[in-house]
Amino acid sequence: MKLPFADETYSPIFGRLSLQSLPLHETIVVVTFIAVAIGGVVVVGAITYFRLWGTLWRDWFTSVDHKKIGIMYFVLAFIMLIRGFSDAIMMRAQQALSVGPGHYGYLPPDHFNQVFSAHGVIMIFFVAMPMVVGLMNVVVPLQIGARDVAFPYLNNASFWLTTAGVVITMLSLFIGNYSRAGWLAMPPLSEFKQSPDVGVDYFIWGLQVAGVGTLLSGINFVVTIIKMRAPGMTMMKMPVFVWTAFCTNILIVAAFPVLTAVLALLALDRVAGMHFFTNDGGGDMMMYVNLIWIWGHPEVYILILPAFGVFSEVVATFSAKRLFGYTSMVYATIVITILAYLVWLHHFFTMGAGADVNSFFAITTMIISIPTGAKIFNWLFTMYRGRIRYELPMMWTLAFMLTFVIGGMTGVMLAVPPADFVLHNSLFLVAHFHNVIIGGVLFGMFAGITYWWPKALGFRLDRKWGVRSFWLWVVGFYIAFMPLYVLGFMGVTRRLQHISNPAARPWFEIAAFGAFLIALGIACMLIQFYVSIRDRERLRDTTGDPWNGRTLEWSTASPAPAYNFAFTPVVHEVDAWHDMKNRGYVRPEAGFNAIHMPKNTATGVVIGALGTVFGFAMVWQIWWLVILSGLALFATVITHSFNYDRSFHIPAEEVTRTEEDRSRLLASAGIPA
Amino acid sequence: MRRSARNIVATLGLLALSGCNAVVFNPSGDIAIRQRDEIIIATVLMLIIILPVMGLTIYFAWRYRESNKDADYDPDWHHSTSLELVIWAAPLLIIIFLGAVTWTGTHLLDPYRPLDRIDAARPGPPSEAPIDVQVVALDWKWLFIYPQYGVASLNEMAAPVDRPIRFSITAQNVMNSFFVPAIAGQIYAMPGMQTTLYAVANKRGDYQGFSANLSGLGFSGMTFTFHATSPADFDKWIAKARAGKTHLTRAEYLKLEAPSEAVPVTYFGAAEDGLFTAVVNRCVRPGQTCIRTMMTRQGTGDGATQKTKQETGTGN
Repeated sequence: MKLPFADETYSPIFGRLSLQSLPLHETIVVVTFIAVAIGGVVVVGAITYFRLWGTLWRDWFTSVDHKKIGIMYFVLAFIMLIRGFSDAIMMRAQQALSVGPGHYGYLPPDHFNQVFSAHGVIMIFFVAMPMVVGLMNVVVPLQIGARDVAFPYLNNASFWLTTAGVVITMLSLFIGNYSRAGWLAMPPLSEFKQSPDVGVDYFIWGLQVAGVGTLLSGINFVVTIIKMRAPGMTMMKMPVFVWTAFCTNILIVAAFPVLTAVLALLALDRVAGMHFFTNDGGGDMMMYVNLIWIWGHPEVYILILPAFGVFSEVVATFSAKRLFGYTSMVYATIVITILAYLVWLHHFFTMGAGADVNSFFAITTMIISIPTGAKIFNWLFTMYRGRIRYELPMMWTLAFMLTFVIGGMTGVMLAVPPADFVLHNSLFLVAHFHNVIIGGVLFGMFAGITYWWPKALGFRLDRKWGVRSFWLWVVGFYIAFMPLYVLGFMGVTRRLQHISNPAARPWFEIAAFGAFLIALGIACMLIQFYVSIRDRERLRDTTGDPWNGRTLEWSTASPAPAYNFAFTPVVHEVDAWHDMKNRGYVRPEAGFNAIHMPKNTATGVVIGALGTVFGFAMVWQIWWLVILSGLALFATVITHSFNYDRSFHIPAEEVTRTEEDRSRLLASAGIPA
Repeated sequence: MRRSARNIVATLGLLALSGCNAVVFNPSGDIAIRQRDEIIIATVLMLIIILPVMGLTIYFAWRYRESNKDADYDPDWHHSTSLELVIWAAPLLIIIFLGAVTWTGTHLLDPYRPLDRIDAARPGPPSEAPIDVQVVALDWKWLFIYPQYGVASLNEMAAPVDRPIRFSITAQNVMNSFFVPAIAGQIYAMPGMQTTLYAVANKRGDYQGFSANLSGLGFSGMTFTFHATSPADFDKWIAKARAGKTHLTRAEYLKLEAPSEAVPVTYFGAAEDGLFTAVVNRCVRPGQTCIRTMMTRQGTGDGATQKTKQETGTGN
């Protein structure tokens, strides 16, 4: 087999990169590029005009404050949500226009296959993951009464590595092309022989770089939750969100190395002509399929567990009642964490592994629905004899409870191997996983965003636009995805650029309309953010506890000061803040000490930038640049480890000043200190 | 106004009809029918728990709204051993039932298991021996070899109704999934590997088959027709295939292997013996070592003595 760099067009300076790599013949791409370029110039121009570079650099990019890093994750996630959703609406339009003879839509397979591959990768890795990690960043240290995460600089580096993965993936839009092999790039389709262009390399290196960031962030949170809880907060007194975050990060630490390894093997196949997953030379593609799902199935729970955590917090707060069955909730989470590793084969029952193997994985999969069902009941009985306030987070929670059970049911249907043989790889499957990821993860993140927004930014979100967005999203979801269940029963398989059965057309048209409603839902959400930021004085949270919350984050100011808590709280009960309020907690107003805090560092930004260059050079096989950026990356990390000047003290006077400001705010709101 | 309303009703009616006539619910082969029944059993079992949960969610959400001061309020009630026992036991019971159904269903409907009946009305192992159909997923078309008849066809296949079919399935370049939803569930077609599927068609008709696993640019067009015919019509179909001028030799196969799309239905009047085995073992091309001899060759360190005509590409 001929290796890429043995090609006569290979240049030692530019690698495989040449002017031909620019997709100038693709009108859609050129127009997108022009739009992005104009948008980019406007943003950069505005930042320069309003002289924001300094504050961006000092207060955000180099910040090690977990709350700010969390907010940056969300900014990243929303930018990528728009990209991933553009892909979605292009797919829906293509499939609605490409049913039956004589209708072939507007996207040729070459482009369409890139669109669905990019959609899947972006939505999972660069929307859902940043939202989950961002939310854990904002909330976990505050809920456990800590001042920051265990490794603040590493946290910043994780964010910039994730961003580097985003940049590498986005570059594929304008330089070269993206993978056409689906979101998991299954070999042999993703092997060099079948996909000789750089698409799969962009897939591999975008995920490799981002994956390192995710893994480091996982280690960070495991250590944070184990070591940095406030005195008195035993494991069984942790808020449920912290529990779910803990289990999620254990899953990350155990699962992401598998992803890194399997992608490295695929890269070796492609670049070095090895034969791990090739057809010939002793390769085995099913080894890849097994390994990728050994990562991929826990990934599903990495996304959903924190959402379960959010719902647990929200349902207790807005029912004004203690969460029903805390202990069983915790054990349900732990059981799900363990079982997450025992079900991966249900993604490919159709491989023909035999009835014993298939039955084993089918039944382990069904067993997961027991703790998940218990959780649903626990939320239900938290509402029972409560006083439910229909604020936005609670509305998202109810929408979740009604939607998720449908997704859970279709999931168990897919877990029955004989049923899976007719439903596998169909649009029924597509409907199922959007049902749990939108109805579960995304609704959970939206609930989380509206719930904790005041804590992160100091003001609530506008309700009117939020309600509009809520209804458009929920109704849009049902209209977009219920038809896909039907199409699956009609035998329509996924990833089709053209559908031959004309009876499918009305269903695809309905689904496209649903996607349009979701587009309006996203627009309303962005307007909601804009309106809330504009009217922040009207929406200001002076109390620090706008929802009558139950956990520690609501005991401090909104937005939380850099040091989170002037004095480390002492915990006696599960709902620590609720308990403190009940016991007539008096906020200290004097006797503040200097607070030891981590210092900002630019190293994370540098690591992210070098990671981007390294990934890009790997994609195009520009070897000198690979070596150079690799060495620079290594040197940066080593050099930073010799930097002992990493912390400073916030002087006692400054702490006093901040706390006195808060006392005045509380007084103005009529709340005794 | 009224007419548009009527149109909407008519459209909805048509939609409902097309949904209920969906091939998965209305198949024409015993295996697919039993697979559909598994879907229905699983759904009903789960609805036993899911409908009450959805009902209770809506009821509690309404009943315990903040403005309803008549409803009880018990802010510290957070534990009840008996209730939690029910919460865990109810799904557990359902899953025990469903697990039992799944275990038996998975074993009875294992694609590798020879048929135990022709249809619900005719239990007991079928008297007729199965028709062998060897399936190769190529880029981007389907090749069917009938070893018992010595013929082959491209993008079309036929089988007589009520006669068991044994599919042996592989792929040349890319992973595919062989799927005729009207007859039986799918199974992967993988290069260098062979999967098996036993199935039977019980109703005459022309059914669509396709690949259910992304295989590259020509993937959407990778469809074929499955003719379920009377025994007499099947003989006619075989005769038609026999009349095909091209013969499926190794050289012809290597030509077919090149990627192509929308290839018209082709019949091969004769098919070379052992071609399918050579495809599975990746040694159609002259001089290639077959996978199944590779280990022996490495073990003895002397490949030449192990070679037989069947096991290596001879390239005739």
